Amino acid sequence: MHYESPIREPLIVGDKSYGDISREIAAPIEGKANRSWWIVFSISLVAFLWGVGCILYTIGEGIGVWGLNKTVGWAWDITNFVWWVGIGHAGTLISAVLLLFRQKWRMSINRSSEAMTIFAVVQAALFPGIHMGRIWLAYFVFPIPNQFGSLWVNFNSPLLWDVFAISTYFSVSLVFWYIGLIPDFAMIRDRAIRPAAKRIYGILSFGWGGKAKHWQRFEEVSLVLAGLATPLVLSVHTIVSFDFATSVIPGWHTTIFPPYFVAGAIFSGFAMVQTLLIIMRKVLNYEHYITIKHIEYMNIIIMLTGSIVGIAYITELFIAWYSGVEYESYAFLNRATGPYWWAYWSMMTCNVISPQLMWSKKLRTNIVFTFFLSIVVNIGMWFERFVIIVTSLHRDYLPSSWTMFEPTFVDVGIFVGTIGFFFVLFLLYSRTFPVIAQAELKTILKSSGSEHKKLHHHGE
Amino acid sequence: MANKVIHGIFDDDDVLLKGVKEIRERGISIDEVYTPFPVHGLDHALGLARTRISIAAFFYGIMGTMLASLMMYYMMIADWPQNIGGKPSFSFLQNMPSFVPIMFEVTVLCASHLMAITFLIRCGLFPGAKAQNPDPRTTDDKFLVEINSDGNDEAVRQALMDAGAVEVNEQELA
Repeated sequence: MHYESPIREPLIVGDKSYGDISREIAAPIEGKANRSWWIVFSISLVAFLWGVGCILYTIGEGIGVWGLNKTVGWAWDITNFVWWVGIGHAGTLISAVLLLFRQKWRMSINRSSEAMTIFAVVQAALFPGIHMGRIWLAYFVFPIPNQFGSLWVNFNSPLLWDVFAISTYFSVSLVFWYIGLIPDFAMIRDRAIRPAAKRIYGILSFGWGGKAKHWQRFEEVSLVLAGLATPLVLSVHTIVSFDFATSVIPGWHTTIFPPYFVAGAIFSGFAMVQTLLIIMRKVLNYEHYITIKHIEYMNIIIMLTGSIVGIAYITELFIAWYSGVEYESYAFLNRATGPYWWAYWSMMTCNVISPQLMWSKKLRTNIVFTFFLSIVVNIGMWFERFVIIVTSLHRDYLPSSWTMFEPTFVDVGIFVGTIGFFFVLFLLYSRTFPVIAQAELKTILKSSGSEHKKLHHHGE
Repeated sequence: MANKVIHGIFDDDDVLLKGVKEIRERGISIDEVYTPFPVHGLDHALGLARTRISIAAFFYGIMGTMLASLMMYYMMIADWPQNIGGKPSFSFLQNMPSFVPIMFEVTVLCASHLMAITFLIRCGLFPGAKAQNPDPRTTDDKFLVEINSDGNDEAVRQALMDAGAVEVNEQELA
């Protein structure tokens, strides 16, 4: 029998039946897009097209059109790459780690956060690709025999580990997401009236019928995929941090990087989930499914991971001094007081101070404040990567090569383009996919729905 | 006339779970149950065996580890050893710490993809497959119990009604 303590706040508000859940989840797919959807979609599309233009210009001219120079060889491109990969992490954390911990509140947010993961990893993967310069030779990163005889890729290199990590992460996330979508597509298929919609969702649902044995396998597959995805998500950002940590650049060469990067990734990812879901719950009328409680839980995770990130920053500073290595000490002194002090202090304010405001219950249950803070956190996390990459590189061992980095319009254009592309994908998704895992949600209706909880409390 | 399938439609998962047990106690065997979401305990009530898909996933994973090890041994040690930062290119065992990340990634890659493919094949799911559920309401809010009557229609109908079915239909088998 389903039972849950009456003290726990309900996760589904209102008197809902199973049929209500189906109808409300299918509504945006069956309905028509409103004006504001078209406006946001058009803006995103324009940004995306501008990005495509800048990418084509880069490929045509070479990466000399970026602001990179001899000293600063990695800048916005790798900053954006790490930023987007980091954002992706929250989706897997919500769907996999929270599944292993049996957290029921994941159910109304996991579908959209996994979608966010996949769309964010698409943006991320773009950057190392175009940063190679000759993108048509991108297949060189794969271990395939080539025309120069058996010159293989270097498996000792973290950059190659990254290729494997990102591609595994992308494809496994996609599989995890799609397996979960199959029963929901079947629900849409069985409701569809228009023949075209019935056909399309029929193909997408793979003929799912909900047999008892299939559900048993489905649950087992979800559990095992969650068990596989959990170490995977931790490994991905660990390996991204190895790109830096295994080099001998002061400011990069630190053993704290893997946990620090993973915490930062989850921190920024949850912020992006908040940004997207706060708008989505309003536009699609999902306030009953994505409640204030969900937002509060996510804010608590933002606060926790923000604090871990803060401790990592302070540990780095302390170790830079305590190690007695003058290059290391200088790198950190230069970050805080050098020409990029503004980037460093923006990062500190956005990532260390601002999440501490979430200790206040009043603030963390306030939607407008949460939305504002989620954007602040994402700006802060972008600056974190910028600070790590650019301030460590711009003053290298040889003072005669010290320089500054200035982005060109192409750097900016590609970054804005990926934001546009991300929103184009997410907006299309929100009108064509079941954005809440309705089959899973129905399993908790009786234990966590507000009306059912009342019945339990008064009845039995 | 002899072979008919009888469909009992239920509208609540708790009633369904109790009903399934009652029907089975009467000695009527249930052929299939279609539900809109995983009803916990239904596999027990139906007497379904535990799925072995996680065992398969374990072996797929081991296969991935071996595949990755073999690949890196061949490429880095056997076929074209190179001196990369003085790393021990002559010995797989000594060079192995550098290979651990990719061994892990390929393990996860093989385990999850092959398990997902196994799941789809075992359940007969593929793009363009015909919908398996006999009634479209079973993906929304109805639960359907399918029983092959073998002639004794009335007993089956009665059992379904007693178990709490809100609707009983029959379908001739072609």
